[in-house]
Amino acid sequence: MTATLERPPAATAPPRPEPVRWRGIAWTLPPLLLVLGLAAYPMARVLTESLDSDTGSGLDTWSGVLGSELFRTALWRTVQIAALSTLGCLILGTLLALVLAFVPFTGSKVVGRLIDAVLSLPSFLITLAFTFLYGTAGAVNALIARITGDADGPLNFLGTPLGVIAAEITFFTPFVVRPLLAAFTQIPREQLDVAASLGASPLRVLRTVVMPEAWPALMAGGSLVLLLTLNEFGIVLFTGAKDVVTLPVLIYTRGIVTFDLPGAAVIATVQVALSLTLYCTYRFVFAKLTGGSRAAVDDKI
Amino acid sequence: MLLWTTRSRALTLSLFALVVTVVFAAPIATVVAAALAGSWTGPLPSNLGGRNFAAALSDENLASLAVSLQTAFVAGALALVVGTWAALAAREAPAWLRRITDAVFHLPIAIPSVAIGLGLLITFNSRPLLLGGTKWIVILAHTILVLAFTFSAVSAALDRLDPAYRQAAESLGAGPTRVLLRITLPLLLPALGAAAGLSIALSMGELGATVMVYPATWKTLPVSIFGLTDRGQVFLAAADTTLLLAVTLLALLVVGRLRRR
Repeated sequence: MTATLERPPAATAPPRPEPVRWRGIAWTLPPLLLVLGLAAYPMARVLTESLDSDTGSGLDTWSGVLGSELFRTALWRTVQIAALSTLGCLILGTLLALVLAFVPFTGSKVVGRLIDAVLSLPSFLITLAFTFLYGTAGAVNALIARITGDADGPLNFLGTPLGVIAAEITFFTPFVVRPLLAAFTQIPREQLDVAASLGASPLRVLRTVVMPEAWPALMAGGSLVLLLTLNEFGIVLFTGAKDVVTLPVLIYTRGIVTFDLPGAAVIATVQVALSLTLYCTYRFVFAKLTGGSRAAVDDKI
Repeated sequence: MLLWTTRSRALTLSLFALVVTVVFAAPIATVVAAALAGSWTGPLPSNLGGRNFAAALSDENLASLAVSLQTAFVAGALALVVGTWAALAAREAPAWLRRITDAVFHLPIAIPSVAIGLGLLITFNSRPLLLGGTKWIVILAHTILVLAFTFSAVSAALDRLDPAYRQAAESLGAGPTRVLLRITLPLLLPALGAAAGLSIALSMGELGATVMVYPATWKTLPVSIFGLTDRGQVFLAAADTTLLLAVTLLALLVVGRLRRR
C-alpha cells in the first residue's frame, strides 16, 4: 500500500487552475515531498527488502515467515489483545466519561486533567508500575499473603495476555474518554431534565437520550484505540513474557536481536497492511459520519 | 444531572473515585514510590531514600537524559516548522492536494513505530544517505513520528481561526508575508505552543522506533530504562522513569510559559 505512495501523486500536474492556486501547490509540495521521502519511501523499502533473498526467487522469505508457527501465533495474539483491550477501554471509558459529564462533583476538572495526563506518558510506565503492584512479588500479592498467611499471593497474571490487556486498558482508556466527553457536553441539559421529569429512570435516559448522541464518538475513540493497540510495542516489550509475543515485538526481535532484516520486513509489511487497512476504513467511515475525519485524533490534542 | 438521589450519587462517585485511583493514580504513584525505595518485598516499599535518584543522575544515566532532551527539542522544533508549513500551505492548495497532504502527514499515526524504525534502518544504512550509526537517524525517527501531531494540531487551529482578521488585513493592503507574520502566526501561537509541548512529551517517551535505530552513542532515556529492567535493576529503572516524567513536565511548563509571553 505504501508502495503506491512512493511516487508523489502531485507530480502529475493538474489542468492549469488560476494562478493563486499554483502558488498554493508550489508551497505545499516541499513539505509533502519531504515526508514522502522520509516516511513513505522507507515503508516502500521495507516491502522491497522483504522480497530480497539469497536464493533470489523473491518470495522465499515470505513463505518461510508466513508458514512459521511463531508468526501465526503472534498475529493471532496481536489481534486478540487489541480487540479485548479495545472492548475494555470502551466500557471503562464510557463509564468514566458518563460520571465526568453528568454527575458533577468538585474536583472533576482535576480528574479530567489526570486522565489527560496519561495520554502523554510513555506506555512502558504502566507495565513497570504493574510489576511493582501486581507482580508475583508485588505489593498486592504481599498484602494478600500477609492477610491469608500463605507464603505466596494468588496473583500471577502479568506474564499472560491478561496482564498486557490490563495494562493496555489502563493506558488507552483516555483516548475513549476524550471524544466521549466532547460528545456528552453537546447534549443539552434540558433534554435530560425533561426525560427525567416525565418519569424516565436514569438508565432509560442513558439508553434513549444520551447514548444515541455518543455513538459517533464511541466509534471514533474505539477505532483509534484498536489501531493504537494493534501497534503497541512498549507495553508488550516491557512485559517480556515468552508466551506474549505480538507482531511489533516480533519485528523487533527478528530485526535487531537476530538481525534477520528480510524476515522482519515481511512481518512489518503484514503489520503495516493491517494497520493501514484499519486506518483507511476509519478515515472513510468518519469522513462520512461526522464530516471531520480527524475528530478523534484532533481531540487527542 | 442523571442521578437524583443523594445516595445513588454518593455511591456512583465513590465507585468512580475508586476506579480512578486504582487505574490512573496508582501506576504513577507506584513508580514514584519504587523510585524512592531500596527494596519492596512487603505491601509497602521499604528502605526509602534518594539513592536511586543519585544513581539515575550519575554519568551514564544522566547522559541518556541529556540525549533524550536534545532529541526531543530538535525533533520537536523540526516537526513544528515542517508541520506548520504544511498546514498553512495546504490551506491555499486545491482540495485534492489538501486531502493527499492530510493523508500523508497522518500516515505515521497509523503505522506502528517499530515498522517506521525498521524502514529507516533499511533506507538510511547504505551509502548515498548514510545516517545509520549517527544521532541523526534517531532525531529523524522522532521528527517523523511527532510530525503527524504538530500538523494536525496546527490544521485544527487553522480551522477554528476567524478569517475576518486576515481578510481585514488583506483589504487594508497587507501582503501575504505580512499577513502571515503579523496576523496568522500570532493567532496560532497558543496552538503552536500546545503542539510543541505534545511533541516534546511524545518524543521523550518514544521507544518503538528508537529501539530499532539507536546507535550505542545516542541512547535515549526510554532505551536505557528498558536495558535496566531487562537486567533486573527495576528500582533504578523506576527512578529513571520518574526523572523522565519530571523533566517532561518541566519542559511542558517551560513551553507553556513561553507561550503565554
